[in-house]
Amino acid sequence: MTLYVLRRLASIVVVLVLISVIIFVAIHVLPGSAATLILGEYATPDALRTLERQMGLDRPLLAQYGAWVGDVLTGRWGDSLAMKQPVASVVALRLKNSATLAAAALVIVGCVAIPLGTAAALARGSLLDLAIVTATYVGISVPEFVTGMGLLLVLAGPSVGWFPTGGYADLSTGALAWVRHLALPTATLAIVLMAHVVRQTRSGLADVLGAPYIRTARLKGASERRVIVRHALRNGLVPTITVLALDLGYLMGGIVVVEEVFAYPGMGRLIIYAVQNRDVPLLQMCVLIVAAVYTLANFAADLLYAWLDPRIRYR
Amino acid sequence: MSDRPPALVIGSTILAVMVAVSLLAPWIAPYAATEQHILKRLERPSPAYLLGTDQYGRDLLSRTLMGGRTALLLGVGAVLLGLAVGVPVGLAAGYFGGRADDAIMRIVDAMLSFPSLLLALLIITALGASTAHALAAIGIANVPGIARIVRGNTLALREAEFVLAARARGEGHVYVMFGEILPNVLPAIVVETTIRVGFAMLAAASLSFLGLGVQPPTADWGLMIREARQYVFLSPWPLVAPGVALSLTIIGLNLFGDGLRDRLGGGS
Repeated sequence: MTLYVLRRLASIVVVLVLISVIIFVAIHVLPGSAATLILGEYATPDALRTLERQMGLDRPLLAQYGAWVGDVLTGRWGDSLAMKQPVASVVALRLKNSATLAAAALVIVGCVAIPLGTAAALARGSLLDLAIVTATYVGISVPEFVTGMGLLLVLAGPSVGWFPTGGYADLSTGALAWVRHLALPTATLAIVLMAHVVRQTRSGLADVLGAPYIRTARLKGASERRVIVRHALRNGLVPTITVLALDLGYLMGGIVVVEEVFAYPGMGRLIIYAVQNRDVPLLQMCVLIVAAVYTLANFAADLLYAWLDPRIRYR
Repeated sequence: MSDRPPALVIGSTILAVMVAVSLLAPWIAPYAATEQHILKRLERPSPAYLLGTDQYGRDLLSRTLMGGRTALLLGVGAVLLGLAVGVPVGLAAGYFGGRADDAIMRIVDAMLSFPSLLLALLIITALGASTAHALAAIGIANVPGIARIVRGNTLALREAEFVLAARARGEGHVYVMFGEILPNVLPAIVVETTIRVGFAMLAAASLSFLGLGVQPPTADWGLMIREARQYVFLSPWPLVAPGVALSLTIIGLNLFGDGLRDRLGGGS
């Protein structure tokens, strides 16, 4: 196991370095330099050159890249151009909000999708199975912003008004307000994620239910409940747990759109703000962090899988 | 006929209707997509405006029909761009193997370790928001995934007898890759393409919804939904019309892709 972890860890470092290169290339090498991004397309050449010198953009690319990586690693993340605040403090708050949203969505998905998938697997071929599979298929096909706006229209409108139309309330302002602000964005993300988990639980459990050891358990007289919960789910859920970890990766992208729908102040909305305001220092840090979380989530999924299923480690 | 999976039948029916209606849109739309009827704002469906009107009094049916063209253009265009780059790269990596393959796959893996919407956003930041740039950004974001599938399938054929035979009779590398290997990788590419068109359409609509893709006053489903947000409690129709059209199209593409995968095999 240790060797496996070390090997995967080494490849993570390589991927993180490549990610930083991609971000650097996208911002510095594509047409339209960082200085143009900041000053706009109609800036005078003189102004551009002055700013480029201030930002060190007239140095060789490799030196610039080295300086940037050094700054990132030593925690000198600079100031946001549009907000006039240190990037680190802006990002810390937004990251916390997004993490709350992502965690809530994952918990809801786990609590709803695993029982649904189990029900579908136990009643394979029935009307219930068909209904569950069809509903989750539609859930994953409908774009997040359509689902979100639909929920908004039905549940947050003036006629019903159970939920606010957007925004965020800190837990310190009261648990009820906190839950009401989180509910709709969480539900939107959960509806999209549901399909993966239901499908995986259903097929994982269906595979296990046909195994000889389940028949043995039944034959020795174990109750149906015990057969399902203790014997079948234990093995059948292994791939489902990995799917949940991989979904954390999806959440990093999906969150951008959902946060925009509900005006939720998280990383996704911060990224859109940075793009709209051409705030390069803020944008590159945000994208780096989100991509790093995405990579680490995939890494965690691999580790979890290897830990739960020892056969993987010896490939 | 009878062995056709229902997913394929339903999916291809939805797609056929969507493509036909989009292509015919300029002739069947009752109004021009940008024609404003200032006194008829946010109206409910009526005989004059079958799906109602938006905040500028533009006919929602006409805009939804024309929006299908934008969605098709962006979805298909972006995947074609991805294929144009991804297929040669994947073929070369799988065919030559060794160092070139290692280097290419490292870059591909790094690009895949990025949520693709983020990659598109980075490119949009550098280029600026417009329809063409959205197409380019999503096309580029599609390259690594396509390259990886093609490379995997090529790798499996590298030592196949027909490939060795072609090389033995002195064919050049380019001919062997495109003339011998490519036709055999094609089924996998077709499956991959249908699934990717759905994702590309979704990504394009997402970018437009975020205000970073198609710009007003062009008719586009993502952009229409963005504009509907502000008025959604006054009239649901500006959301419902493009929302249903976009969702149905994506469902159709997914069903079609899944059905095709069951039929042809391949993909991943």
